[in-house]
Amino acid sequence: MNTNQKNIANRVQDLGALIALVVLIIGISVVSPEFRTWSNFLSLLRQSSINGLIAFGMTCVILTDAIDLSVGSVLALSTVLCAGMITSGVPAGAAMIAALIIGTALGMVSGVLVTKGRLQPFIATLITMTVYRGLTMIFTNGKPISNLGDSFVLKLIGKGNLYRVPIPVILLILIFIGFFFLLNKTTFGRAVYATGSNWKCAKLAGVNIHRTKIIAYAISGFMSALSGLILLSRLGSAQPNLGDGYELDAIAAVALGGTSMSGGRGKIYGTFVGVLIIAVLNNGLNILGVSSYYQDVIKGLVILVAVLSDRKR
Amino acid sequence: MQIEMKGIDKSFGSNQVLKDAGFVLSDGEVHALMGENGAGKSTLMKILTGVYTKDAGTIYVDGQEVHYKNPQEAEKAGIVFIHQELNVLYDLTVEENLFIGKEIKNKFGLCNQKAMRKKAEEALNRLGVHISPSEVMSNLSVGQQQMIEICKALMVDAKVIIMDEPTAALTQSETLVLFDVIRSLKKAGVSMVYISHRMEEIFELCDRISVLRDGTYIGTKNIPETNMNEIVKMMIGREIGERYPARNCKIGKTVLEVKGLTKKGVFQNVSFEVKAGEVLGVSGLMGAGRTEIMQAVFGNLPYESGSIEIDGKEVHIKSPIQAMRCGIGFITEDRKVEGLMLEESIEKNIALANLSRVSDHNVMNRKKEDDLVKKGIEELHIKCFGPNHECGNLSGGNQQKVVFAKWIYTDPKILILDEPTRGVDIGAKKEIYTIINELAAKGVAIIMVSSELPEVLGMSDRIMVVREGDIRGVIGKEEANQENIMTLATGGTI
Repeated sequence: MNTNQKNIANRVQDLGALIALVVLIIGISVVSPEFRTWSNFLSLLRQSSINGLIAFGMTCVILTDAIDLSVGSVLALSTVLCAGMITSGVPAGAAMIAALIIGTALGMVSGVLVTKGRLQPFIATLITMTVYRGLTMIFTNGKPISNLGDSFVLKLIGKGNLYRVPIPVILLILIFIGFFFLLNKTTFGRAVYATGSNWKCAKLAGVNIHRTKIIAYAISGFMSALSGLILLSRLGSAQPNLGDGYELDAIAAVALGGTSMSGGRGKIYGTFVGVLIIAVLNNGLNILGVSSYYQDVIKGLVILVAVLSDRKR
Repeated sequence: MQIEMKGIDKSFGSNQVLKDAGFVLSDGEVHALMGENGAGKSTLMKILTGVYTKDAGTIYVDGQEVHYKNPQEAEKAGIVFIHQELNVLYDLTVEENLFIGKEIKNKFGLCNQKAMRKKAEEALNRLGVHISPSEVMSNLSVGQQQMIEICKALMVDAKVIIMDEPTAALTQSETLVLFDVIRSLKKAGVSMVYISHRMEEIFELCDRISVLRDGTYIGTKNIPETNMNEIVKMMIGREIGERYPARNCKIGKTVLEVKGLTKKGVFQNVSFEVKAGEVLGVSGLMGAGRTEIMQAVFGNLPYESGSIEIDGKEVHIKSPIQAMRCGIGFITEDRKVEGLMLEESIEKNIALANLSRVSDHNVMNRKKEDDLVKKGIEELHIKCFGPNHECGNLSGGNQQKVVFAKWIYTDPKILILDEPTRGVDIGAKKEIYTIINELAAKGVAIIMVSSELPEVLGMSDRIMVVREGDIRGVIGKEEANQENIMTLATGGTI
């Protein structure tokens, strides 16, 4: 293949997930009038924001040739701590900021285990995932925390609207732009890709690969905590099993977006498309009345097809 | 076994790599196949052994036309190809590697450990290498792993063995062992095709040379009737002149001084100095600790005692980042493993060591980056489609030039080169020597580790010889020759 053909082939492949998304949207729209309404579209986007924010952070981690299984547990622990603070009288705004800091720190712990502790990312985050979930259970005694009062900021982040657009959707888009800038336009972004592409080369070229990985995990922790706050706002209470299994949807979105699980290759907009595919499937299949057992099978098959078509030529 | 390949054509897509290529291999000869990178040597051999199918042309083996459909068929016919890239399973033992896919089984269909152990020991002895069959492959040096590869071929009773750059990773002594083996196999009637860039070796070992250029057969010469200049001219189609371009530069004051650097079991009491504008050659056998010493100076390998001074001031280098801040650059031994991100573009590779130079407050500056990369491609004559060309698709010489570009623009005071021309063809080698000379002329202190003695002799102002982690001596350019370097490298004194 000459370069021209190769470029075109690459571009088609880049667009593969996007084409799949468009086909899905059109397909479901044709059969379901309920699906193709503006309000359903906005609520679909709002539903996707939780997974989206987590998946953006996950992309950052996976690009460095690592993985973060702890996102669901980080979400739960930071959220129940936030709820705990609110019920014990801390102003909601301060508690929310504290939750974001806690989430960031929890992510950093995984990063330190992976770099300084030289643990395999899978094992390190399996450990933090288990421990954080345990701590969540200890803190809540296994019971949900409710009676969060009616703080304006807490309501705003999950339930608010700006010109009829839900705040979580606005957050999702702003943070997507932020990630795009971070990964494509900054030296940190270069360091992320270089670390995942060839860490030996990156290290010898003066990239601080430990710091890069720790920051990636910190970002992932922050994003988990942020999506936890949105959930808390929407649910009005903090369940100790919050975020259970969320790592799987996030990883699926990253994979759907064409990011290599061995790091170094991938795009943040791919992840965004992956997130939307999962959201459209969830929302569309629900509207069509497909049983949730079948939904999982269909979701799995869609991911299979997408990943197969994205395989390196 | 006699082989004749005639009028072979082969295209990949629209890219014709072979056009009327071929050669004749006689019984019991060692036949060198030469040509620049991309001349089609490996492709021609892959067609012979059934890895690729040819578009046109014929292959005769002992007068019979043959078409091998895959390497297994060729192997059955007695033709074995030892590839340049090591084909070993690192987590398995030597023995398991030797017998992979052809295990000796007992009557119950289970592996017969005893028989395999015996046969493995025999084969290793025949090669004259002292490696335990139960050793895990990853514990062996690259040179030893290569020996195992050759051993594997010997074990299937090959009649024709094709070796692609077999000595690229071997030490001098291992090379001598290999040559002995090749000569004894030749006596036993085995023919050999020997692909290499190393002229000296070929003239020492081979009977005839066939040259390919741009995928076309150019000619065949008997070794006694030709010389290196004639072969080079056949390979590149023009005279190349001096292989090692002359360098006239003023040697300034000492830039780097290493005193008593020690890491137990790796290197001991290593002391040396390099001056501005000087090229210090570092010679020694593979595994002598040359690379480790350089990794320690660059902060990538912790040392236990000793000190490093730059411009007369002691520096404490604990990481490559600190080394770079002190003005050290490091071009590593294995560009595919440590030197390049192969899946990334030239642009991203060159920018990687220069991130602070092509960004403002950690935000990438597109224009600065473009300018730097364009400059690199022009100044170093990197042959590519443009800054976005993926490095994995470049030839060895051009890949190495990308690595050089990456480091040159960090403006190093000291540049460490570890095997700077490994796997690089003759034309590109000379370009790299010219780059080294230009850097020296600018006053950069250069340390050049190399296993190719002619290169060390041709390029260095002084030559430091390392053996088992000790500096055995430093020889000036005038007194240095192959003999006294090898004497020091193998433990003798001069």
